Amino acid sequence: MPAPTYHDDEDEAVLAIRDLNFFYGDFRGLKSVSLDIAKNRVTAFIGPSGCGKSTLLRTFNRMYDLYPGQRAEGRILFHGRNLLEKKQDVNLVRAKIGMVFQKPTPFPMTIYENIAFGVRLYERLPKSEMDDRVEWALRKAAIWEETKDKLQQSGLSLSGGQQQRLCIARTIAVKPEVVLLDEPTSALDPISTAKIEELINELKSDYTIAIVTHNMQQAARISDFTAFMYLGELVEFGKTDSLFVKPQKQQTEDYITGRFG
Amino acid sequence: MSETAPAEDDIHARQVRKFKVQDMLFHQITLVFAFIVLAALAGILISLAVEAMPVLKQFGASFLWTNVWNVPEDQYGALAAIYGTVVSSVIALLIAVPVSFGIALFLTETCPVWLRRPLGTAVELLAGVPSIIYGIWGLFVFAPLFSAHVQPALQALLGDVPVVGGWFEGPPIGIGILTAGIVLSLMVIPFIASVMRDVFETVPPPLKESAYGIGCTTWEVVTRIVLPYTRVGVIGGIMLGLGRALGETMAVTFVIGNANRIVGSLFAPGTSIASTLANEFGEADPGLHISALFALGLVLFIITFIVLALSQWMIRRGVAKQGT
Repeated sequence: MPAPTYHDDEDEAVLAIRDLNFFYGDFRGLKSVSLDIAKNRVTAFIGPSGCGKSTLLRTFNRMYDLYPGQRAEGRILFHGRNLLEKKQDVNLVRAKIGMVFQKPTPFPMTIYENIAFGVRLYERLPKSEMDDRVEWALRKAAIWEETKDKLQQSGLSLSGGQQQRLCIARTIAVKPEVVLLDEPTSALDPISTAKIEELINELKSDYTIAIVTHNMQQAARISDFTAFMYLGELVEFGKTDSLFVKPQKQQTEDYITGRFG
Repeated sequence: MSETAPAEDDIHARQVRKFKVQDMLFHQITLVFAFIVLAALAGILISLAVEAMPVLKQFGASFLWTNVWNVPEDQYGALAAIYGTVVSSVIALLIAVPVSFGIALFLTETCPVWLRRPLGTAVELLAGVPSIIYGIWGLFVFAPLFSAHVQPALQALLGDVPVVGGWFEGPPIGIGILTAGIVLSLMVIPFIASVMRDVFETVPPPLKESAYGIGCTTWEVVTRIVLPYTRVGVIGGIMLGLGRALGETMAVTFVIGNANRIVGSLFAPGTSIASTLANEFGEADPGLHISALFALGLVLFIITFIVLALSQWMIRRGVAKQGT
C-alpha cells in the first residue's frame, strides 16, 4: 500500500511515518500507521481514548525510550533519516522535535531559568543574548507581558494557563522544527484554551505542529490536516475541512457525529 | 408517615449519642498516647539535666570546650568526645551522601527492571543488619585490611600535601576516627539511599518527560529537575542518616579507638560521645564521673536536636525560595 500523501503538493513533509508499529510489551498499540506531517501546518490527531494517538505522538521524539518494554518498529523519516534507528542521538531529536504535555509542567526554577535551561543545553550564549532569547520565546508564546516583571519568580507561581504557555515558550526557545502538543488544553479553562489555540495558529508560520486532542471542535478550529485513529489504526487522514464535512469512512463519520467515542 | 417514624428517630438519636461518646473516648485516648511521647521526651531531658547538674555547676559552660578527661583527678570536658562524634559523622556523610545519591539515581532512572527489586531489597536489608555486626566486621575484617593496604597508600599519596597531609599522619593502625567514619557511612547509606529512592519516585513522569523533551540527558534531568523537586525529602533523608551517625554506639565503640584526646590526624584513635558512655558507664563511680557522663548524654541530645531544627529550617527556607 503506498503511503497516503493527502496534503497539497506544495506542502513538504517534515516527518514521514511509514509502516509504524508500536508495542507495549506484547500489546500492539499502533498497527502499520503511515502518514506525512506537512511543514508549517497543524496536523491534529483525534480518536477515542486508547486509540493510540498519544502513543503515535510519543514515537516522534522517542519519548517511549524512557520506558523499558516499549518499542517501535517501522520508519519515521526526518530529513531523510530514520528517527527509530538505534544510533540516532535521542537528545538531539528531542531538541529538534519539542513536546508540550497535557498538564503544565514548569520546572522547579524561576520563569527565566525555565526558558534558559533548555537553551543552555545546546548553546553557550552571553548573558545579553540569553536575555534576548528568553524575551523572544516568552513573546512568541504570548506570555511576555504577564511575566516580564517577575522573571525571577518561580514558574510554579503562574496560573495553569500561564504555566502552559510558559511550557510552550520553553519548548520553542530551543528552536525546534516540530512542536508536538499532547492534549495541551485539556487541563485548562476556556479562556486559557482560546489563548493557546490562537497561539498555535501564530506558531505554525515558523513551526510544524502536531497536536493530539480530545476535543473535535478544537481539531476543526485549528488544524489543517486531521487524522482519525481507532484501536491503533489510522482510519482516515486528510484535510481537516473535507474530513469533518465529508468523511470517507463510516467509523470517522460515527465518531465526529458523536455516535461513539 | 406511619407511627414507626418516631421510634426510628429515637433509635437514630441513640445511635448518634453512642457515636459521639465513642468519638470522644477515642479522641481522649489518642490524646493520652500523644502526651506520653511528650512526657517521655521531657522526662529524659529533665533527668539528664538533673544528673548532669553537679558537673555543670563545677565546670560551667567550659565543660563544652575543655579538652580533658581525667577520671582520677575528676577533671572533665566534653570537647574530645564532641570532636570525635562530629568528625566521624561528617566523614560518614561525606562518603554516604554521594554513594546513596548514586544508588538512588541508578535504582530510579537507569536500572533494568529485573534488577530493580532485588537491588532495592538488598539496600533495605543492609539497613536491618544489627550495628554490632558492623562493629565486629569493622574491627576484625575492615581495620586490618585498611591498615595494611589503604592507609599506607593514602599516606604515600597525600602525606606531603600541606594541611591535608596532616589528616593522614601517624601510624596506620587501622582503627581511628577515619575508620569509624567509613564504617558509619556503610551503616547510614541504606537509610539515605532508600529515602532518596522513595522521594525520587515521587517526581511526576510528565515533569521528567518534559525535561527529556527539550533534549536533557539523564544527568541533567536528575540534577536540575529531580533534585530541586525533591530537595525537601533529600534533606530529610540526609538528616535521618546524620542523626543515626551521631548516636551510633556499638559499631563506633569497636573501631574508633577510644582515646579521649584530640589529634589532628584522622588515623589517630579518638572517641565519640556515645562510645564514651558505652565504655565508662559500667565502671563509673558515683559522683562527678557519672555526672559527667550524663552531661555528655545531654550534649548529644542537644546536638541531635540542633541537627533536627537545622534540617527543618533548611526545608522551610527551601520551600519559601521555590515560591510554591
